[in-house]
Amino acid sequence: MKILSINFLSCAIKACKSSSDSFPLHAKDAELVQDEIELNPDMIINVLPRLDWAALRTTSSELGFPQLPEQPPTPFELKADETLLKDLHHLLLETQISEGKLVCGNCGHEYAIKEGIANFLLPSHLV
Amino acid sequence: MASGSSAMPAGDGDGSPAAPAQLHHQPHREGERREGHHHEGAEASPPASAPASAAAQAETYEATHVHAVYEAIAPHFSSTRHKPWPFVAQFLLAQRPGSIGLDVGCGNGKYLRVNPAIHILGSDRSAALVRLAWEGQRAERPAEDDATAARIGQVDVAVADGLALPHRRSAVDFAISIAVIHHLSTPERRREAIAALLECVRPREGRVLVYVWALEQASSRRGWDEGSAQDRMVPWVMRKPKGQGPDATYQRYYHLYRKGELEEDIVAAGGAVEESGYERDNWWVICSKPS
Repeated sequence: MKILSINFLSCAIKACKSSSDSFPLHAKDAELVQDEIELNPDMIINVLPRLDWAALRTTSSELGFPQLPEQPPTPFELKADETLLKDLHHLLLETQISEGKLVCGNCGHEYAIKEGIANFLLPSHLV
Repeated sequence: MASGSSAMPAGDGDGSPAAPAQLHHQPHREGERREGHHHEGAEASPPASAPASAAAQAETYEATHVHAVYEAIAPHFSSTRHKPWPFVAQFLLAQRPGSIGLDVGCGNGKYLRVNPAIHILGSDRSAALVRLAWEGQRAERPAEDDATAARIGQVDVAVADGLALPHRRSAVDFAISIAVIHHLSTPERRREAIAALLECVRPREGRVLVYVWALEQASSRRGWDEGSAQDRMVPWVMRKPKGQGPDATYQRYYHLYRKGELEEDIVAAGGAVEESGYERDNWWVICSKPS
């Protein structure tokens, strides 16, 4: 599960969706793998406004990455800052959780990630 | 999950499908109210049941007649589903770089790699198909060793139910649902699934592309057309090599959409139809959510 995807994932339980604590899911016991992927600056610059930056900061620090700035860069700033561009590319697209759990901050339900694949099927009593 | 709507393998059974006698929870079936319809399943008279228990029955029904079947046929099914449908590929290629999308019911993931400048999170109810989508990247990305190849890659996939999607609201640029909604066995659940897709996309700008199998396919070798029963079991035959026992036949449940019905479901689910059409035995709609 890539860090970019985690920025678009919340708890699957309907009752949790209205709670701000159901997003982002919190990484637990995460094992990371990193892969080299060709940088596409336009892609990263256009992804920027789609991100929930505060949630990305949370995920990034939970996974032990250096703290991201409090405010997201503007597309203009990002374009001019190759280091930040590469760092974001690395965090969002090259890094993924191969094993671990994603935990809802509202209900505490844990979604397992095994061999890179997260499972969001709910036990019948939670549907 | 891709449907059997185009390029069905030779092993996929033809002829009259088995009667969906298990469809007791169906409140009504449009096809049965028409004249000249086929009578498969007509003996399944719908008993009056409370809505909650009807929903539970529908879920159990789909677990048996859709989910379990895809788990069983996943490798064979996937081996026949490599070529993206051109219209869907065109939709994905038209997205601007950096767009974020969902492929709900991604099957073996054939749409996940069409446009490398966008990010798609694929999901499917079938863990076996998700695993195949994940492993599909290995062939294209030779790595130092198999263990590495198994772990890394470009595609991102998850196991999820289309009626309980794990996504924050109003966040993605697009969602696609290709040959998925027709596997849900009540109108309520089909509309709920469309509403769940709409919930994920950004208001106004976001787009949802839905493809479903059409009732009107007189020119297909199945020959169904207006007036045929809309709810039916469609066989999937896995031929075995000679001497390895009889062929295995699996029956999958389908609701075949009649003309205009998909648009009705989109509107009932709170969506606005932007474009719609018919392609290769399927009805499709591109829709948005007004707010």
